[in-house]
Amino acid sequence: MDHASFIIGSWVLTFASVIGYAVYVIRRGRELSKNATSEEMPWT
Amino acid sequence: MSTVSQRRRVAVAVARKDLTIEWNSRILVNQVAPFAAIVMVLFAFALDNDGILQRVAPGLVWLATLFSMLVVIQRTFAVESADGALDALRVAGVDPSAIFAGKSLALMVQLFALELLLVGTAVVLYGVNMTLVGFAEALVTLLAATVGLACVGTLYGGLAGGARGRETLLPLLLLPVVAPVLIGATRATEAAFGSGGTKVSEGWPWIVLLLVFAVIFAAVGSVAFGPLVDE
Amino acid sequence: MNSAVTTPRGTGTRNTRILGVLTIILMVLLTFCGLIFSGEDINQGSTVRIMYVHVPSIWVAYLAFGMTALCSAIYLSGRNRSLIWDRFSGAAGEIGVLFVAVSLVTGSLWGRLTWGTYWVWDARLTSTAFLFITYIGYLAVRRLGGTHRQRARRSAVLALIAILEIPLVHFSVNVWRTLHQKASVADPNAKVALDGLMLFSLFLGLIAFTMLFAWLVIHRQRSLALEDAVADRGLDAAIEARREEATN
Repeated sequence: MDHASFIIGSWVLTFASVIGYAVYVIRRGRELSKNATSEEMPWT
Repeated sequence: MSTVSQRRRVAVAVARKDLTIEWNSRILVNQVAPFAAIVMVLFAFALDNDGILQRVAPGLVWLATLFSMLVVIQRTFAVESADGALDALRVAGVDPSAIFAGKSLALMVQLFALELLLVGTAVVLYGVNMTLVGFAEALVTLLAATVGLACVGTLYGGLAGGARGRETLLPLLLLPVVAPVLIGATRATEAAFGSGGTKVSEGWPWIVLLLVFAVIFAAVGSVAFGPLVDE
Repeated sequence: MNSAVTTPRGTGTRNTRILGVLTIILMVLLTFCGLIFSGEDINQGSTVRIMYVHVPSIWVAYLAFGMTALCSAIYLSGRNRSLIWDRFSGAAGEIGVLFVAVSLVTGSLWGRLTWGTYWVWDARLTSTAFLFITYIGYLAVRRLGGTHRQRARRSAVLALIAILEIPLVHFSVNVWRTLHQKASVADPNAKVALDGLMLFSLFLGLIAFTMLFAWLVIHRQRSLALEDAVADRGLDAAIEARREEATN
């Protein structure tokens, strides 16, 4: 494959940013929900 | 609900108040204008070439205008928030669109004076030659661009002005929005200055763009100013 | 798995977990299709493989900003002004900024290979950069402080102004370029001939990224709700403490 570094780089960058953000969101949610009452979490 | 004439009176009163404060403190003359002038001199240092300076003079005039405008806007809203004057006006039931019109009007006057000075500086420092028609076009450009800039500036200045730590927000919000003004005004001024061999007649379509921008943001501002500044 | 459902902690539910697993499966499939199975493009060569992540990211960004505007309009027009719409706007705005950033970087990598430079002053590129900065400003306004309702109204109005501003910026940048651009670079809008598997990869990417967006926006909205709840609780506690002070 030509230009492998650029292509793989694009894919890695895309997935790394998405996964990083997803992990941040999940962690934040877990942390905040520790002390939350169930009426503050209507989705449960 | 206030009538049109009431609103006009409020707008004029607000504008007059702002201009009186400015007249008494002379911040524009003593601080902002020298700042704008030194920016123009610094551009000359940075570019260091008479030919290039002449070519890019219109762009530099408008960049210097935008940067000085940030300072002026911060000043007009610092005056309001220092003693909660804007909140007091809102609590008193004054129509926010009238306050918006008044503050924009005062800002227009100050910006116009500043732009005249900057164009003068460009003529003197960068060796710009203008024809009579070109001068007329430059004046129309200044007027059209000033209305748009003042309306957007008042709208976002109201949001970013005042309370703690919001000053840094204004450039971030304002500069992307005024990009069309920078593009339109620079091209129109290029035509007026005749820089790079552009003809005077090439400037008028850009002035139409400036006018469209001014109309849109005058309308948006008078609707959105209330909800944005309300605390 | 079961215990996680019965004692719910965090922002996930059974449905979002199903959505998440499906998204991961599609992403893995996309990686195989895009990087290994699909062939090279006649014009772009192997650089077309960047497109399978670039196009879906900018699609998600547009989708997100559209959702920000729509939810802001719903918030402002609704009679009860439910804060859920504000939080959906905020979540979508944040995700949109992330994906614009990703697509700007992957796009410029593609541009380096295809055009020879990372950046060209093309109208579409330039206004995408403006889009990025505009929504960074939107997120900054959301963090200004004040009550939730103040934040909601301010940012909703700003999101609607942004929707007005974007076409104006795009139009003027477009005119600026077409009048000034003497040398023409490769047209990024040029149609490329796509064979079956390439087209399939592109569609797969769009579907996978849309599902990813849905998953992210649901979770982010919920965690924003929790943030709001924490802020409220802090306020209640402060008022309670003051009351104690006053009575003692």
